[in-house]
Amino acid sequence: MPETATAVREISFADAIREALAEEMRRDPTVFVIGEDVAEAGTPFKVVKGLVDEFGKARVVDTPISEAGFTGLAVGAAMAGMRPVVDIMFGDFMTLIMDQVVNQAAKIHYMSGGKWKVPMVIRATMGATRRSAAQHSQSLHAWPSHIPGLKVAIPSTPYDAKGLLKAAIRDDNPVVIFEDKISYAKVKGPVPDEEYVIPLGVADIKREGSDISIIATSSMVQVALGAAVMLEEVGVDAEVVDPRTTWPLDEKTLIESVRKTSRCIVVDEGYFRYGITGEIASVIAENAFYDLDGPVRRLGARHVPIPFAPPLEDATVPNERDVVALARQMCNK
Amino acid sequence: MTIAAKQDAAGLGVQKALHMYRQMIAIRAFEERANDLYTRALMPGLAHLYIGEEAVAVGVCEALRPDDYITSTHRGHGHCLAKGAAPDLMFAELLGKEAGYCKGKGGSMHIADPGTGNLGANAIVGGGAALATGAAYASKMLGQDRVAVCFFGEGALGQGVLYESMNLAQLWKLPILYVCENNMYNEYTHFSETTAGDIPTRATAFGLQSETVDGQDVRAVHAAASKMVERARRGDGPAFLLMNTYRFRGHHVGDIARDYYRSKQEEQRWMSERDPIALFGGWLVAEGLAEKGELDRMETEVAAEMDAAVEFAKNAPYPDPARVDEDVYA
Repeated sequence: MPETATAVREISFADAIREALAEEMRRDPTVFVIGEDVAEAGTPFKVVKGLVDEFGKARVVDTPISEAGFTGLAVGAAMAGMRPVVDIMFGDFMTLIMDQVVNQAAKIHYMSGGKWKVPMVIRATMGATRRSAAQHSQSLHAWPSHIPGLKVAIPSTPYDAKGLLKAAIRDDNPVVIFEDKISYAKVKGPVPDEEYVIPLGVADIKREGSDISIIATSSMVQVALGAAVMLEEVGVDAEVVDPRTTWPLDEKTLIESVRKTSRCIVVDEGYFRYGITGEIASVIAENAFYDLDGPVRRLGARHVPIPFAPPLEDATVPNERDVVALARQMCNK
Repeated sequence: MTIAAKQDAAGLGVQKALHMYRQMIAIRAFEERANDLYTRALMPGLAHLYIGEEAVAVGVCEALRPDDYITSTHRGHGHCLAKGAAPDLMFAELLGKEAGYCKGKGGSMHIADPGTGNLGANAIVGGGAALATGAAYASKMLGQDRVAVCFFGEGALGQGVLYESMNLAQLWKLPILYVCENNMYNEYTHFSETTAGDIPTRATAFGLQSETVDGQDVRAVHAAASKMVERARRGDGPAFLLMNTYRFRGHHVGDIARDYYRSKQEEQRWMSERDPIALFGGWLVAEGLAEKGELDRMETEVAAEMDAAVEFAKNAPYPDPARVDEDVYA
């Protein structure tokens, strides 16, 4: 995050994504957006609203409700010279495109001995607390992270969202980028006017601190930053580290942070079991064990389908109080 | 009858007809050697042979340009060869050798080759449907006039993504042919037990042009494919071709005892009466386009070429295990 924030305009997470798409579409005529209701509607989240006015319906392509079909079509189009950006309205629909992503897009380069390339991006949403119930609220970014051949980005700020999406579009591999639905309008931040790209695989220290490392992803970065302010009041100086991509994973930055602070919490909105927090915790345990004052601790979504009733749903996702309580316990404060 | 008149009667030039015959016997010879390599435990994995279905791949691919696209299937050796793949590099891939089309990383079910427009054989049934549709989409967006052909077996008729793809192709008038090879068996199950209703109607319901073709008659296949390819190239949209054919061998080489799903009499009947190579060879001779001795000589030449290709593959080195992590990312 640039330290010169005062000199830079502030825009929303959604605006940053739209800017990235527009800039890349202007730069490269092979880039096109494809998905359900992306043209005039600009998706239900209005993230791509207005792109059709500049680029037309041939490059902002409305599809039938056929996620597998249009995602697979994008794979073939990518092989044949295009750079598609696929819009998966709800990340829960990853289930519908898994064969195209996992068995096709991810493996084509390897299976062909490096001869074919699949330069495509899949934009999917994640995140609960929109009262959308079990099939429209999951954070499934661990799934593609598990598959060799895919790259996965999970931006937490407008600055990162724009820079990572631009890098993803220029990458010669299939990249899945998960965008937190709540952040679209709620999270605003500085984004410079001038062009920039954030390489995939570089973590970012969102807040420097010396007592404990809170490794947080996507929506949980805001939670961790909020918790860090509260922790400061009780004398705990928390460092917040955002990996920004789950694969490639910038292990070095995460390990160095924990070596410095000697305590670590990993917080992610995906399911707690067999997920991102487990993987990152194992990276820390394997590489910084002797620098730790205690076990790495994790916070993630409860192991339940996301419920509808607001008090139930809110109980499934880690919040600032959870992070503060755990950090205080670990720091004896 | 003059030679020129004979060519007209054939609907093919003599050279083209002989080339098609040669491609068909090359596929047969390739597959017989694949069978041999497999049964002698020289070929790892699985071998799904295309024997009996040669007229489909050759009839269709001879209607294509080198820069047109295909997607193939787990039973894909025939498509790859018909589209122009080199037998030595294919055998090397079948044996998992570094010299193979995919550096030994793909194997029999994943032969891919940008040089011949082969987007790849695909071991997911119906896996090529959306990919081929996407290549056709790119061709149209880029203002090219390349056509894509999606080969699939009738087993893929059970996969939803095929119908999603045909819907998209017709909506956007994409230059693609969906070529359904009905060899009558989804693995070990007769297609009548898996396929409700009428097959071509599934495509015509979306508005695709459709034709049902005798897949053992390479001339009929070529004529139908040529018509639909030209139509697609003109921008008039996709087509569906139902090729009725027969898998002479088992689902894979190890599928020996087949009595529980089909009779030896049925197999014998197809092999003795409906062999696409015998039918086309007989027609070439009957029409006076080739002498029997000429076809026999061609067979000897092809056999020698395939034997040399097998030797090349057998002698080629395996990939260095240190290369296992290469090619995961571009």
